Amino acid sequence: MSKHVVAAVADLPPGSRKLVMVKGRPIAVFNIGGDFFGLMNRCPHQGGDLCAGELTGLVTADRPGEYRMSRPGEIIRCPWHGWEFDVRTGQSWCEPGRIRTKQYPVEVASGDALVKGPYIAETIPVAVEEEYVVVEV
Amino acid sequence: MTAVTLSRAASGPVTRGAIDCDIHPGIPGIATLLPYMNEFWRDSFVRRGMDGFDMASYPPGAPIACRADWRPAAGKPGTDLAQLRRQALDGFGTSIAICNPLYGGQVAVSETMGAAICSAINDWIAAEWLDADPRLRASIVVPAQAPHLAVEEIERLAGDRRFVQILLPAAAELLYGKSYYWPIWTAAEKHGLPVGLHAGSMYRYAPTSNGWPSHYLHDYVSQSQTFEDQLLSLLSEGVFLRFPKLRLVLLESGVSWLPGFLWRSVKTWRGVRSEVPWVKRPPAEIIRERVRLTMQPFDVPADDPVAVADIIRQIDADEMLLFATDYPHWQFEGDRAIPPGIPRETLRRILRDNPLATYPRLQESIA
Ligand code: FES
Repeated sequence: MSKHVVAAVADLPPGSRKLVMVKGRPIAVFNIGGDFFGLMNRCPHQGGDLCAGELTGLVTADRPGEYRMSRPGEIIRCPWHGWEFDVRTGQSWCEPGRIRTKQYPVEVASGDALVKGPYIAETIPVAVEEEYVVVEV
Repeated sequence: MTAVTLSRAASGPVTRGAIDCDIHPGIPGIATLLPYMNEFWRDSFVRRGMDGFDMASYPPGAPIACRADWRPAAGKPGTDLAQLRRQALDGFGTSIAICNPLYGGQVAVSETMGAAICSAINDWIAAEWLDADPRLRASIVVPAQAPHLAVEEIERLAGDRRFVQILLPAAAELLYGKSYYWPIWTAAEKHGLPVGLHAGSMYRYAPTSNGWPSHYLHDYVSQSQTFEDQLLSLLSEGVFLRFPKLRLVLLESGVSWLPGFLWRSVKTWRGVRSEVPWVKRPPAEIIRERVRLTMQPFDVPADDPVAVADIIRQIDADEMLLFATDYPHWQFEGDRAIPPGIPRETLRRILRDNPLATYPRLQESIA
């Protein structure tokens, strides 16, 4: 496992996402209200590009005909066939135990810490006074 | 090949003690029912000369309506009690059989006339069939064209524990998921009665989703579409969530269409389920839990046990299937009511355990 700098925090504001390549793996990085999450950008169904999907909320119901919307912006809907995935866990809504996309740990580190290492920042120039999004792969 | 023991083509002894979940006593004609009607209707049917309310889905003369060796010397199929006892009950060693009368009251355009015919049939079945043979049970026939009258009829008869189900035609005036029908599901739940949907239609609409067929071949084969439509309606309108104890039995629906249907409904649900968030679990799971199917017709080759075993495996529910002969309809020859290839343990459930679990009222008389 190694840690990779993939973006400056300032470039990935809340509600946004970014597709990055780390060690040859496409990883979708999301910012939900300041918390960062990384998901393998390959839908477990047939490989759809999850990062290009619609970011939405969770729709539930207690009774027929009643809709409840919660967790806005925390569900990614695959652009190919619409399966929903929980951005926080990578689990599908339809079969969370069995169908999921791999999750990668993401953290925020200061440029200060980064220059000391051991981080890999191949494509992102690091400045000591900035904060960065770091994915562990 | 899986390592299960496959049953051979079942014959009489295999079905001994079984519970037959779909037989059809025939209604000879409206004159039979007049003693069970009030004065107004007795007078109306006679004065207006109305008779012959047989279902268009089962014209009495059509081959499917009666197996050749079960056709009575005189009269309509299934009208002779002694013959029905001999052929449908003794013939298969059946311990209990559920009568599902099919007649015009269930599909009549007039709500009140429909209700009068249905009530008469229920009272006639109780007096002349159920009283005559302790092995017989019956479904309550109701006028689904008027849900409030259907509920009245259920309330009137639910106290007679020999009525074990509510019978409806597979196609009615609306899809069964619509809230219009919810009062019927409420009554069914209240009395612990499963709802049986039997092949057949009110013919308010074309029986296929694309128009009217010209021939019986088309009409009969396309019945499975109707069952699929009703299952999807009940599922997507949330009836299974709203009525957690409701059980549905598909009668004479055929069985082998089910695996592909379940597969597609799960696949599609995964992508669009947020439109119907009350469908909280994969449709196949809900259907396996709440829906049962009778075994005739099954729609498989009679000489291919492996194909049958495959379908049973794909349906993946030992609890779903119920033994039925569909007497006197012509679905099989001799006593081969069970297709070959059903694993022995599954067969045991189909013949007895599943019917007992589906129709709780049957347990009362077995104990
Ligand atoms: S590839 Fe994602 S839902 Fe089919």
